[in-house]
Amino acid sequence: MSETFSLSEALWVLLLGSLLGFELIGKVPPTLHTPLMSGANAISGITLLAALALIGQAPTPALRLVGAVALGFALFNVVGGFLVTDRMLAMFRRRGPAS
Amino acid sequence: MSHLAIDLGAVLLLALGLKGLSRIRTARWANGLAAAAMALAVVGLLLDQGLAGWPWMLLGLVLGSSVGAVVAYKVPMTSMPEVVALFNGCGGVASLLVALGASALPTPLGLLAVVSVLVSVLVGSITFSGSIVAMGKLQGWLPTPGWMLLPQRHGVNITLALLCLTSSVLVLNGLPAGLPALTVFSLLLGVGLTLPVGGADMPVVISLLNSYSGVAAAAAGFVVGSQLLIVAGAMVGAAGLILTQVMCTGMNRSLTSVLFGGALGGGATASGDGDQGYTSVTSCSAEECALTLEQAERVVFVPGYGLAVAQAQHGLKELARLLEQHGIEVSYAIHPVAGRMPGHMNVLLAEADVPYEQLIEMEVINPDFPRTDVVIVLGANDVVNPQAKNDPSSPLYGMPVLEVDQARSVFVVKRSLGSGYSGIRNSLFELPQTSMVFGDAKQVLLALTQELRALGVGKQAVGATP
Repeated sequence: MSETFSLSEALWVLLLGSLLGFELIGKVPPTLHTPLMSGANAISGITLLAALALIGQAPTPALRLVGAVALGFALFNVVGGFLVTDRMLAMFRRRGPAS
Repeated sequence: MSHLAIDLGAVLLLALGLKGLSRIRTARWANGLAAAAMALAVVGLLLDQGLAGWPWMLLGLVLGSSVGAVVAYKVPMTSMPEVVALFNGCGGVASLLVALGASALPTPLGLLAVVSVLVSVLVGSITFSGSIVAMGKLQGWLPTPGWMLLPQRHGVNITLALLCLTSSVLVLNGLPAGLPALTVFSLLLGVGLTLPVGGADMPVVISLLNSYSGVAAAAAGFVVGSQLLIVAGAMVGAAGLILTQVMCTGMNRSLTSVLFGGALGGGATASGDGDQGYTSVTSCSAEECALTLEQAERVVFVPGYGLAVAQAQHGLKELARLLEQHGIEVSYAIHPVAGRMPGHMNVLLAEADVPYEQLIEMEVINPDFPRTDVVIVLGANDVVNPQAKNDPSSPLYGMPVLEVDQARSVFVVKRSLGSGYSGIRNSLFELPQTSMVFGDAKQVLLALTQELRALGVGKQAVGATP
């Protein structure tokens, strides 16, 4: 589809993004493993951007429908993921001196 | 280029959100931040490409968000791992559909885009079918079929992988029929890879599949030409790998043995839960257990998945409150992989308002077991198995466990003598200081609370023990 960047640019972005991910999650208290997994899972629903791009560029209703279904699945992942993470974390908040 | 600033802002916020999620004080705030970043990214994209096809966008938006919200609020805390698997599978299917859709666009794709489509289809399909199988296994809907434990399954999976490769080569050579073939074969591969994995290892697989869905998103980013998507996908993919590694370390399993080793103690699981030849097991009633508890000075609870299944966390908190009123020191020993996911027990006990400071991690509490009067194991099994320390022939050997066998007396609350989730016998049950209290965790806790009340516990002032 849109060729707004070159292969080398894209690969640099991929490399730096991966390194960022490795660095961000260093030490995590075991308490937070489940919420963290759930939160990271919600973020992986960012593929909804690709679904939106597909709908925008699709020439036929059939392809737009495919895009809409993909968007629905991605948003199910994103909205459900963030809410469920929030539900889990809300339980920790009532603790007094955490950490 | 105003959308560039928005994109950069969104990436920054996503990274901060992911970082903040790994600290207790900031976690909830960070989760909201990541959600806001996601909304910002959508705004940036729409500013860039306009609102062409908006009714379709609205359709996907309304349906996906509302169903997601309903599921998120309805699901009980005990089913958290399954739900994460379900969400994850849907993220995978989204990447898969986008790639299939993009390949059907009239504008011919460059080589980079075709390769990205292939990766996105492959990883998206594996993520989807693998996550659904993982969910089914955690829910107990899907038993592992016997032939899946035979070494021949590797042959099946290798064949499927080769078929995926062949289909990809066909697509690269301009044969469009290769793409549906790749989809089917990679969906089957996802099933073939996940189905033989033992139940106890399932969290690791979910975490790994979570990492895959990040990779699939990054590949979709290559397909549609979105750097933001590539960064975010790569970030989640990498973070998921780290988390997977952390879980493997907690269970003293290598990733390869989880993925390719098949279920632990497979033969025993297949034969169902018999009593596995336990010989010298003592069992006792709730009343006898309560009498011992009343005399204790220090009590440690070891929660496991059985507690979650029985929804007994509130009953446990009630019993603990009673014991504390009686001047007994109460704490909870949390094994890193107790339950079905790391942190599962913390979430569950937090729901019942158990003070955070009473949840003690394995390394911290293990030296304290010798000076502990009573340990009550609630629906945990493998994480307290002494064979992990002293029986090199046990499949669990080497896994760090809670050393409850050092305590003066141990009560194991369990429904039956059936094997644990991994299907391995537990020599703890046969130790002289161990008594089994058979029954559902919730009912046993209720009975214990009543017996203690009948003994007058909780009516006296604190410290008035005879």
